[in-house]
Amino acid sequence: MMGERVIGDVILDLRNISLAFGGVKALTEISFDVREHEIRAIIGPNGAGKSSMLNVISGVYRPQQGEIVFHGEHFARMNSYKAAKAGIARTFQNIALFKGMSVLDNIMTGRTLMMKANLLQQAFWWGPARREELAHRAKVEEIIDFLEIQHIRKTPVGRLPYGLQKRVDLGRALAMEPRILLLDEPMAGMNVEEKQDMSRFILDVNDQMGTTIVLIEHDMGVVMDISDRVVVLDYGKKIGDGSPDAVRANPEVIQAYLGASH
Amino acid sequence: MIYRENGQFKTSYAADQQIFPIVQDRWAMLLLLVVAFVGVPLLSSEYLFRAIFIPFLILSLAAIGVNLLVGYCGQITLGAGAFMAVGAYAAYNFSIRIDGMPLLGALLLGGLSAAAMGIVFGAPSLRVRGLYLAMATLAAQFFWDWAFLRIKWFTNDAPSGSVSISHLQVMGWPIESPVEKYLFCLTLLAVFALAAKNLTRSSIGRQWMAIRDMDVAAEVIGIRPMFAKLSAFAVSSFYVGVAGALWGFVHLSSWEPAAFSVDRSFQLLFMVIIGGMGSIMGSFFGAAFIVVLPIFLNQMLPWLGELVGLSISTAAVSHAEFMIFGALIVFFLIVEPHGIARLWSTGKEKLRLWPFPH
Ligand SMILES: Nc1ncnc2c1ncn2[C@@H]1O[C@H](COP(=O)(O)OP(=O)(O)OP(=O)(O)O)[C@@H](O)[C@H]1O
Ligand SMILES: [Mg+2]
Repeated sequence: MMGERVIGDVILDLRNISLAFGGVKALTEISFDVREHEIRAIIGPNGAGKSSMLNVISGVYRPQQGEIVFHGEHFARMNSYKAAKAGIARTFQNIALFKGMSVLDNIMTGRTLMMKANLLQQAFWWGPARREELAHRAKVEEIIDFLEIQHIRKTPVGRLPYGLQKRVDLGRALAMEPRILLLDEPMAGMNVEEKQDMSRFILDVNDQMGTTIVLIEHDMGVVMDISDRVVVLDYGKKIGDGSPDAVRANPEVIQAYLGASH
Repeated sequence: MIYRENGQFKTSYAADQQIFPIVQDRWAMLLLLVVAFVGVPLLSSEYLFRAIFIPFLILSLAAIGVNLLVGYCGQITLGAGAFMAVGAYAAYNFSIRIDGMPLLGALLLGGLSAAAMGIVFGAPSLRVRGLYLAMATLAAQFFWDWAFLRIKWFTNDAPSGSVSISHLQVMGWPIESPVEKYLFCLTLLAVFALAAKNLTRSSIGRQWMAIRDMDVAAEVIGIRPMFAKLSAFAVSSFYVGVAGALWGFVHLSSWEPAAFSVDRSFQLLFMVIIGGMGSIMGSFFGAAFIVVLPIFLNQMLPWLGELVGLSISTAAVSHAEFMIFGALIVFFLIVEPHGIARLWSTGKEKLRLWPFPH
């Protein structure tokens, strides 16, 4: 389906991850891997543990058991800062933008780890601080152009319609120039046209920047269209893993989706 | 000149990133500086300097400090008064205990001492927020109230913590007359306000606001809450501390701990709420409002009373003051949490489109 792209080696390996909240088992001994440059989808019914999985990878949740291997580095306990440093970026299911800030500033925050000027330099807009600010601004403008949101760059994000907020959320993650991008239902609540735009952005990011993508999505059409491999979760357990076609033909998956067994 | 940005196209990000990207705003700012540095000194009376301008400048500085923490970083503090006290008493100790300590040096060291205390008393913010953090900062207030009253070393054995300082000068220039004091405070405030504005539009300011708006998302992009929160406490307390030192040294000349009581903490918080959270300019509005309102009421209420044949006592005036503040704070918290600054910018937006509102 996606001609020229070369899928590389395993970049992210999740081994035996278990996560519980009190008595609720959100994830039970989940293992799967993600290869460089691929688009990997995670699907499953509501409450299956998809978001929990992304939260574990990005260090928001600490699993009780298991190991994350990212780019050859082993993390028994990932935290958000380590994940960001390592090149993991993500968007949120319930948009988590900085409401009081403009689109531009929201995306600029994605560059925080790359900005080195100290407090005094920033206070006096001094050589390094000013240069740094301009250089990163130029980079952020590229992202703004890419996402076609030039016209709203100065607008406070709180005033934007939902679809555009999702785009800004993606922009902020892209600004980190991540090696892997985790997208939690980037198209939820969008109309057909917005979904098409978003699919195009995701494919372009994957294609042009070579970014590896892990995608949670409910829209089966989209998942089957754009992903290389799919993991299926149900009640915190992995019930399927493979190519879109293989997953679609898997009886356990069909059952979970039809709700026959529950 | 019509207030417009039409036709003012930015050809570079540098141009777009200026503090005041709109030409008319730059002119207005310049005019304001000329009025402040030249006009006011030429026209003002000694009374106006003492009663209005000097307190306004110093409290504006403190309000900027509180705003950086409360408005930009979203942390609450009820201990700003204590950090003013730390600034004032630390500056006092540096200047009496170290021979030849210059005034500016003492003020900045006072600010740095307050910054250090800000980090210590801000540490609970890493674990608690809202009401609990308010309690922790209130504890700072009571601790320092007590310390400056009871620990004699801090006040050079002065009874009841009352100390005084005199013969202020900066590099041979005396800071004695009200005009000199005014210009000294104004210069410092101009520099500090500019620095605050720069911080808020730089990486550090964005980190503060990110923590304020959505801390989980902030962490995920690599912002460390500890660094963001403690730097906000440090910078904020530095500003408040320098303001405290100025309040003691320049405005009061001699003072006791009561000058920096919990009332002061609340007053600063009110300035930020009324003026506008998350706005440097709002800090000025808030300070102006709180300095001028009592004086205005003192003059106006008795006069109004006479018009309708009532005699209004000073006690009644101060009651009225409390009631008006209370009502305004409730109003702003409910209706316009971004304070006067937001009303101002809405007005400007209307003006930008005037006379065609679409
Ligand atoms: N922070 C939390 N505290 C307690 N329980 C949680 C928490 N986060 C997730 N859970 C529980 O873990 C389970 C998996 O939730 P998760 O959000 O990962 O599901 P999901 O697959 O993303 O579902 P959806 O499609 O509705 O987004 C659910 O039972 C949920 O209630
Ligand atoms: Mg979810």
